[in-house]
Amino acid sequence: MVTTETPLEAELHRLAGSVPDPELPVLTLDELGVLRGVRVDGADKVTVQLTPTYTGCPAIEAMSADIERVLRDHGVAEVSVVTVLAPAWSTDDISDEGRRKLAEFGIAPPRPGSGPGGPVPLTLAVRCPHCGSTDTELLSRFSSTACKALRRCVACREPFDHFKEL
Amino acid sequence: MTAALALGDDALVLSHRLGEWAGHAPVLEEEVALANIALDLLGQARMLLSFVGDEDQLAYLREERAFRNVQLVEQPNGDFAHTIARQLYFSVYQHLLYEKLAAGQGEFADLAAKAVKEVAYHRDHAEQWVLRLGDGTAESHERMQRALDALWRFTGELFEPVEGVDVDRHALRDGWLAAVTSVVERATLTLPSGPQSGAWAAGAGRQGLHTESFGRMLAEMQHLHRSHPGASW
Repeated sequence: MVTTETPLEAELHRLAGSVPDPELPVLTLDELGVLRGVRVDGADKVTVQLTPTYTGCPAIEAMSADIERVLRDHGVAEVSVVTVLAPAWSTDDISDEGRRKLAEFGIAPPRPGSGPGGPVPLTLAVRCPHCGSTDTELLSRFSSTACKALRRCVACREPFDHFKEL
Repeated sequence: MTAALALGDDALVLSHRLGEWAGHAPVLEEEVALANIALDLLGQARMLLSFVGDEDQLAYLREERAFRNVQLVEQPNGDFAHTIARQLYFSVYQHLLYEKLAAGQGEFADLAAKAVKEVAYHRDHAEQWVLRLGDGTAESHERMQRALDALWRFTGELFEPVEGVDVDRHALRDGWLAAVTSVVERATLTLPSGPQSGAWAAGAGRQGLHTESFGRMLAEMQHLHRSHPGASW
């Protein structure tokens, strides 16, 4: 958002941003970095801009419904959640607090520097969220959701999800 | 809206084909990977088709002749090598095309900028498998080669002009050929040498002419919606 939010918009932004991610409930939408802005359009009418992590991510419908519910509970009569694509979401949009929570939850956070950029795989080490070893190996580029890869720790042998860079 | 329909149908049809692997993939990780790739493509298809009209109407109620996807993406899954060959040919094309669209000013620039990052993972997945199968056992090598050869004649259509897709298709083809050649050679395989399209087939899918198996695929994809109009869950 380029425009400055009013105090009311900031308050509604905080409320919408505190909604937990439906698939990774340890993160809030604000920490995930998918909430792009909240605009009060008139008496009791609010528009929320949301950006998808992946184009096909089915969680965005649940996110929209959750935001609508929270804002309605707060007294907003009409809530409209719109999807915006640009600029494209990147794992760099996940906050430091979000990264810390992911690791604590057992999901290796994405490495800084967005996306594969090209077909060349990233080579920086991914740290095991269980034992902290950097000696981990890729099992599959795609895991339980599109945003994660499946890895295994060579040191403690535990498999774990890695929030892959996008 | 020729361009949105063409690109949207490519994504939709390939998504459905990949979804057919659910419950049949050789290992669990591939089951998940192919489903994830299918999901990315479905998301892209939904956005592209929404530029044209109602996504459900377009997906479920059009006849075969109204689909504008290239014939490559409708080809049956075959064995795993065939699916990977189709993935290699298509994802390299889609990656290069979306890079160009993302850098442009057209109406798809935002979507392409988003999707290109997803497609980079699809391409990496396909390339790693071609290397592994080509440079694997005698059996996997032979099957991978057979698949590359069988699908080669559908690759020419990728570079036919599409109204509204404002990219240099000759440069696109050169980039694609260089990338595919590099992977194929590293995989100790041989780049197919035959023509890249049948004499009768140039641009056929984009004109609504499809191969035999596409009708059966559509029947499966559309029958629920057509049998129970307006059904939801």
